[in-house]
Amino acid sequence: MPDLLLQPRPEGLYCPAGGFYIDPAEPVAQAVVTHAHGDHARQGNACYHVARAGLGLMRERLGEPAAIEAYDYGEPFTLGEVRVSLHPSGHMLGAAQVRMEHAGRVVVVSGDYKRESDPTCAPFEPIPCDTFVTESTFALPVYRWPPMAQVIDELLAWWDDCARRKVTAVLFCYALGKAQRLLAELAPRIERVVRLHGALLRLTELYREAGVAMPPTQPLEEQARGAALAGELVLAPPSAAGSPWMRRFPNASTAFASGWMQVRGNRRRRGYDRGFVVSDHADWNGLVRSVRDSGAGRIYVTHGDADALVRYLREQGHDALPLAALGS
Amino acid sequence: MRRFVQLYAALDRTGSTSAKRDAIAAYLHDAPPADAAWAVYVLGGGKLRRLASVTELRQATGEASGYPDWLIEESYAHVGDLAEAIALLLPPGQPTDDAPLHVWMEHRLPGLARLDPAGRVAQLTAWWQALPADEVYLLNKLITGALRVGVSQRLVVQALALWSQLPTDLIAHRLSGEWTPDATSLAALAQPAEDDAHREHRPYPFFLASPLEAPVDSLGERGGWLAEWKWDGIRAQLMRRGGEARLWSRGEERLDGRFPEIEQAACALPAGCVLDGEILAWDADAAAPRPFTALQKRIGKLKPGAKLLAETPVRFMAYDLLELDGLDLREVPLRERRDQLAALFEGMPPTLLLSPAADTGDWETLAQLREQSRERRTEGLMLKRLDSPYRVGRKRGDWWKWKVDPYTLDAVLIYAQSGHGRRAGLFTDYTFGVWDRGHLVPVAKAYSGLDDAEIARLDAWIRAHTLERFGPVRSVEAEHVFELAYEAIQRSSRHKSGVAVRFPRILRWRTDLSIRDADRLEDLKRMAEG
Repeated sequence: MPDLLLQPRPEGLYCPAGGFYIDPAEPVAQAVVTHAHGDHARQGNACYHVARAGLGLMRERLGEPAAIEAYDYGEPFTLGEVRVSLHPSGHMLGAAQVRMEHAGRVVVVSGDYKRESDPTCAPFEPIPCDTFVTESTFALPVYRWPPMAQVIDELLAWWDDCARRKVTAVLFCYALGKAQRLLAELAPRIERVVRLHGALLRLTELYREAGVAMPPTQPLEEQARGAALAGELVLAPPSAAGSPWMRRFPNASTAFASGWMQVRGNRRRRGYDRGFVVSDHADWNGLVRSVRDSGAGRIYVTHGDADALVRYLREQGHDALPLAALGS
Repeated sequence: MRRFVQLYAALDRTGSTSAKRDAIAAYLHDAPPADAAWAVYVLGGGKLRRLASVTELRQATGEASGYPDWLIEESYAHVGDLAEAIALLLPPGQPTDDAPLHVWMEHRLPGLARLDPAGRVAQLTAWWQALPADEVYLLNKLITGALRVGVSQRLVVQALALWSQLPTDLIAHRLSGEWTPDATSLAALAQPAEDDAHREHRPYPFFLASPLEAPVDSLGERGGWLAEWKWDGIRAQLMRRGGEARLWSRGEERLDGRFPEIEQAACALPAGCVLDGEILAWDADAAAPRPFTALQKRIGKLKPGAKLLAETPVRFMAYDLLELDGLDLREVPLRERRDQLAALFEGMPPTLLLSPAADTGDWETLAQLREQSRERRTEGLMLKRLDSPYRVGRKRGDWWKWKVDPYTLDAVLIYAQSGHGRRAGLFTDYTFGVWDRGHLVPVAKAYSGLDDAEIARLDAWIRAHTLERFGPVRSVEAEHVFELAYEAIQRSSRHKSGVAVRFPRILRWRTDLSIRDADRLEDLKRMAEG
């Protein structure tokens, strides 16, 4: 029997009873969008349904003319025959899980999520459901996030070391979400100014407007280079690594903040001097715990290498399948 | 061990050779000598042998983490390094153990080897519980014996030289051979040059040639160079000192007892004599040596029996004379060393050979002669500047290896496995097949030869076109053809295909070829016959 709430289609994950897609890859009429990252929030849909906390970021990403309906977390609304509500996923500002209720059955699509606390967004909310669709970006037990306070200690020690050696500390991080989380984590710890690459400026302002406490930041001036930047901390998107933009730092120590930095080979292959393990996705324990917290009788795993998580969950007595299996 | 873990982290965080050298020198300065000696030993590639099997490490990981074997295996394949995968899988411990490095190396780890398998598993889990993750990682590295932190023996020598304020070649000389990692030996490394007690037991550091990339006539006057064949055997020093003969490999390993016919023949050499040369498998009365694969039968045998000695006899081909009558000749020009070597070799037993000069004609004649390299069972030519001293290590300019172009074959990618170290998590270990009656049979494995962009492209393709998984290995759709270079091909009963391809590596990705264009096994077999 076809699932009335979940149907993977080429355009994206479709909800037949509700007549909408979640994070569609191709333009559709009704789109429920979990968060503002480019691979989830795409332009061209006729109507968007998003969490109110992320409205500013969505407008920035989608452009003003887009028809956007915003809802508070937990506020129910109806699409087709389905009662829908959005709940915090803890991934980034305004990120949401999608709860769908139809004919007495509840399905939750996690979107991207993490279980660690994050000063830029509401924490992940476990929602009891019959079917839980979970992401699986870091679905191996080697991914276990260290406490954030410890990572920030390491990051500050690195910055201090760079200042002592008179080199610029260039920290690469995703421009939306990761950069602002790092800044917000640094805010209570530092009084020094953090320099920002141009790609981070507007997005960081939007976080400030949303009421997230940030340390003092300054745009990296176009003409600034060389000795003027010795000992400074600069945040930049990964795309700037190896680009002509880097030439302004004759002496720089480079670092990348990402969950992938947990594995030494990943760091060495990308050629960064340092790797800081900071992820906005759930680690292995976070994934397993969230599956357990959902109480769901059926688990679908999507995004990433699902095989190991599916097999492990099945061995733990869960009825788990890769989401792709639903389509075939 | 904390201090050594910090050194490891510092080395791991920089790609700069000078920063690494400085970090090691600073460590040598600060660390207790008993620990520093062991750091020198392990950073230089030394390892304790057979401490625990990989199976035992995996079993201990299962017990300590509670994860099933297959999940440990998947994690290992993803991380590409067992020592690291274990450190990442274990639950965070309560660090209580701060035993120094030398206690680990001298007492604990040798003690581990003496336990029975169950005892080893129990001991490992107990140690892991008392260490933070970065020390678990390093402990595992010491156990598995592959530190891989971008430090060469040469860099260790440079750091020791910086720390001791002595010249690098003196340090290299003192460090070569059997060096005992303890405080006394470390102090002896730093002694001023005159009071060097164990000099006679050590070989000289080897001088290594660099590949010739420029046109050969750019080397200048042909008359200023010695051309020799580049023999395909085991590079070694034959030392005759104080009534005994010793053989040392280039890996600075003593080969005592492995090649008794050479040691015996060395009695004909005068005392206080050191030769640089090559060990070759060579049948009595044969005009040329046997291929390297024949020699492989001898390499692994500590004490070869009479049958093996008769089947695969070896000879020592001398290139150079480093010491005569107890005098170090390395600063003497090669021209004179050669003359003395030739004089010494008159009337030597046939087991000791003098490497003949290849030709005295001009560069063009020499280039023509080089075409005969393979028929002569050599890899090409060596070009040595006649007025050069015998240098230390790989110094460019005086010794060049001018190898013949490799053979090539076109083969289809059939299996892939993820790599290690820098290539962890990427499919970079490839197996290639050629056609045999309508099927692709594996003939070669290759790990290198693609650039990063090609590796990334192929990795993505492999993930999307996996047919089957066998643990970490995936079989993939037959679609991509690669041109492989190799040095030699031989019949082999140990390989399913019936042939062994030596030193295969990827030359290029042949996107212009279809899998039908790949080579056929019968042709490879014919090559192996010839």
